[in-house]
Amino acid sequence: MVESFVVNCYKPPMDNKQAIAASLDWSQAPAQSQDGLAAGLKIDEYERIVTALGRVPNQTELGIFSVMWSEHCSYKSSRKHLSKLPTTGPNVICGPGENAGVIDIGDGDAVVFKIESHNHPSFIEPFQGAATGVGGIMRDVFTMGARPVANLNALRFGDPSHPKTKHLVAGVVAGIGGYGNCMGVPTVGGETEFDPAYNGNILVNAMTVGLARADRIFYSAAGGVGNQVVYVGAKTGRDGIHGATMASAEFSEDSESKRPTVQVGDPFKEKLLLEACLELMATDAIVAIQDMGAAGLTSSSVEMASKGGCGIRLNLDLVPLREDGMTAYEIMLSESQERMLMILKPESEALAAAIFAKWELDFAVIGEITDSGNLELIRHGTRVCALPLSPLVDAAPLYDRPFVIAEPAAEFDDSTIAPTHPDSLLRDLKTLLARPNFASRRWIWQQYDHLVGGQTVIPPGGDAAVIRLTRDHVDMKKGLALSVDCNPHYCFSEPRRGGAYAVLEVWRNITAVGGRLQALTNNLNFGNPEKPEIMGQLVGCLEGMAEACRALSVPIVSGNVSLYNETNGEAILPTPVVGGVGLVDDVSKAVTIGFKSAGDLILLLPATRTDLFLNQKTSSLGTSAYRREVMGLANQGRPPAINYSLELATAAWLGQMMKEQRISACHDVGSGGLLVALAEMAMKGNLGAAVTLPAAIAPLVAGFGEGLWSYLLTASPTDAEAIMAAANTQGITIFTLGKVTAAAELKVENHGTISLSELRAGYDSFLPNLMQN
Amino acid sequence: MIKAQIFVTLRAGVLDPQGSAIGHTLNGLGFAELSSIRQGKYYEVELATDDRKLAQAQLEKYCQTVIANPVIESFRIEIL
Amino acid sequence: MKIAIIVFPGTNRENDIRAALVTAGVAASNLQLIWHRETAIPAATDLIVLPGGFSYGDYLRCGAMAAHSPIMREVKSAAARGVAVLGICNGFQILCESGLLPGVLLSNQGLKFVCREVELEVATNQSIYSRKMVKGHRLRAPVAHHDGNYFAAPEVLAELQDRDQIVFKYAADDNPNGSALNIAGIIDSSRRVLGLMPHLENATDPLAGGIAGRAMFDSILNG
Repeated sequence: MVESFVVNCYKPPMDNKQAIAASLDWSQAPAQSQDGLAAGLKIDEYERIVTALGRVPNQTELGIFSVMWSEHCSYKSSRKHLSKLPTTGPNVICGPGENAGVIDIGDGDAVVFKIESHNHPSFIEPFQGAATGVGGIMRDVFTMGARPVANLNALRFGDPSHPKTKHLVAGVVAGIGGYGNCMGVPTVGGETEFDPAYNGNILVNAMTVGLARADRIFYSAAGGVGNQVVYVGAKTGRDGIHGATMASAEFSEDSESKRPTVQVGDPFKEKLLLEACLELMATDAIVAIQDMGAAGLTSSSVEMASKGGCGIRLNLDLVPLREDGMTAYEIMLSESQERMLMILKPESEALAAAIFAKWELDFAVIGEITDSGNLELIRHGTRVCALPLSPLVDAAPLYDRPFVIAEPAAEFDDSTIAPTHPDSLLRDLKTLLARPNFASRRWIWQQYDHLVGGQTVIPPGGDAAVIRLTRDHVDMKKGLALSVDCNPHYCFSEPRRGGAYAVLEVWRNITAVGGRLQALTNNLNFGNPEKPEIMGQLVGCLEGMAEACRALSVPIVSGNVSLYNETNGEAILPTPVVGGVGLVDDVSKAVTIGFKSAGDLILLLPATRTDLFLNQKTSSLGTSAYRREVMGLANQGRPPAINYSLELATAAWLGQMMKEQRISACHDVGSGGLLVALAEMAMKGNLGAAVTLPAAIAPLVAGFGEGLWSYLLTASPTDAEAIMAAANTQGITIFTLGKVTAAAELKVENHGTISLSELRAGYDSFLPNLMQN
Repeated sequence: MIKAQIFVTLRAGVLDPQGSAIGHTLNGLGFAELSSIRQGKYYEVELATDDRKLAQAQLEKYCQTVIANPVIESFRIEIL
Repeated sequence: MKIAIIVFPGTNRENDIRAALVTAGVAASNLQLIWHRETAIPAATDLIVLPGGFSYGDYLRCGAMAAHSPIMREVKSAAARGVAVLGICNGFQILCESGLLPGVLLSNQGLKFVCREVELEVATNQSIYSRKMVKGHRLRAPVAHHDGNYFAAPEVLAELQDRDQIVFKYAADDNPNGSALNIAGIIDSSRRVLGLMPHLENATDPLAGGIAGRAMFDSILNG
């Protein structure tokens, strides 16, 4: 569908007179409803355009409508429900709608961050698709005046044994590293999961976090009639024309063999663009600036002008081009990377031009701001487009798609299931740790430069990464705790709880290192929203997310929606990835997951009211990893319920204990449950543990259930006493689980012993083995 | 035995950051006549067959499945 | 001590080395960043640093294009005058490509970028960069590179050994890239120009990376 349209568009071989005339004829020819269909618009959407305009659009104008009204740019299916998310708060400087979200972190500092998907391109060309995804999100952040200080990513691949998986993993990881490493921005965290549901539709979500001064944030709203519109960065080629529409269309099997819609990234050029933009931003020259991302010059010029309530005239003959004979249509829709559009203050051109010349980047004045309220385009000296901006933006369709939210599954009563053998609890742990979704991710993050900048306090491999912040080359005391998370199995089983839990996971990850969660960004990856059950997943997850955000008082300040993640009608698992930014007041007090010294006590915090499971003796493994990976029952049972007031009290209390430096290690208990968390702490610290599971609960449920516990801590016996006393006053229950031991083994009373080397065998080798063979 | 060469280049119109950075450097060193340079990859292949037609077909398969990504690259095969 | 840090387009660890030098006691006013287009190195410069990164995107061989940039002519003539030159990671690659050091850095044996801590051994303390260290001493420092696999002809390797020009080696069981003789850093025959792959500048801070690299900066500054 997308492809036939591209073939359709006119490409004169050279800029000769005849070709130019033909190009202009085509650009100005009236576009009919079948052209709209070919461009990805529905018949009624085409008719909506004709009504809004009061005339038939020409081919160039139709192209512009088709990208502006694509799902990617207009959020037409999700907008109604996105409005349920809390996006404001005392610390929010800028919520959704700009290139990225901005929050105030005190001392005049601001954090600019966002997550964005590059799923389809990464499936077709994994290296370049992932690389340009990283490049795009970094541009979003530095466009707002921030220097990127950390990258994270959330990845989903198909079954490890699927023939394409290995190739995709290798390409995506190399592509993410290739771009971020070259830019000199450390990639400090992320998450990766495998599931057959992603066989034909992988997910590559990239997040960038930048640091700016709160009073030096740059926005995209244009202003000042007569001000110059400046194009900077790389030249424009026929890259990824209609990428935005592609990202909104379902995959078909043969889309792999079709015309290139994937761009090649140039991280070197982007590094120069970053430095040039930040250098210019230190002056007073810029009125507005916008990255040319998806839908390129179209969305950047339309958004800048419409936000500023003005008009814009572009002379496309002045755009730096990489290829001959590009039509207005192609120039406007090109998704060539590493480009920016800026509105400069009067008389600033020479200053800006000199900075871009120093960095050896193209710089061209291509138009001006007008008061017409129109988007006017000149090509070959002829006006080929004169669209009023308001219908483009305001008349975009808004769908209230029918949805069905799946009923919660029946809860299992697992209180009577017991290990089949005295050793089976720890054997199951070993099995779980060697599974694709639990094995070490070291193979991945070692390919990312996670140290460049010299500010990485907690590197990948913990609950959250921690980076220290600097100002004018001087290290600050404070830092950021960063994490991305999502449990798609929870979201599939029960969208509301799943969406809420994604927020809670990030909350706990950040709390566990000594951070206070400040704000979130989300990347909503779903299938085809025209199917009510998929739409139900989206609505349910969003409602759950909104519930958790409100309960924890955390706003969502930026995000991205990626729909139509389906191949041949098979949808991915609902995967609303949440990325969080936490503040660490004193990075020297940040806490890591590894055991620190033998003799420390191991303390366990419940995630729910203890009487619920201690007295009634009924509890469930829910839709846990154990049920899925060990019992072989995928997506059955219910995800855990959340006790928000307990989470809030626990986090506040933990923060205090960490401030007093009473806690030597901390790990949140997430997927896989208590024993997985315990094993990770032991392997990381290279120390063992001797523990006794709480007696009142079935051992399998205590050890592998996922809703029972929130955090595992260690503390010296002296500190443990103070910790217990403090918890008591807060009404927080603590179980003493056991002790850290010098012997490199896990000993669980009544369930035997397993050595760390035995646990590590599968844990450390899964990814290297997969990628070697 | 048949010997062959495979040349893989980015398809016309696909951005070639490597080529353009190298060209920029050469221009900077004073080689003003250089107007375009594109980078590609070159492979030397040996096939244990004497059937040139089969070799051609197999080589094309190598390229299409592994050696080149047709999304961004094109290839040229020369059987020696 | 006056130090010039050369910045090429694509250099990205200039702030890391700057921070390490400041931590080691260099006054910020004695540190100068030199843009690659400049045609002179400030008089009285005692040490020139070529930091890590991806100069010119490393789009030809790593370091090859930087080796031909105007400022490198000045670096070479400064080195000929006896000014100390330290190249880390991409800087090491540039030193090899420009002929200031023998050999070349090939792609890692695993063909992947590798960022991790490695175990290093001080192979000699007969250099201005390691004189405060103990020969044979082990230290842990990070590497972060795609092309750190040192290669040279056998006679060059023999010469490096005979003349005690190997300053840092990877522990034999912890060679991250397949480097010949486990070479992590070598010095030229004048014993003033050092190239090394590991980022000792990222190992000078107790909160981020540890302090194992401090001994090198102590050696440089406090001979």
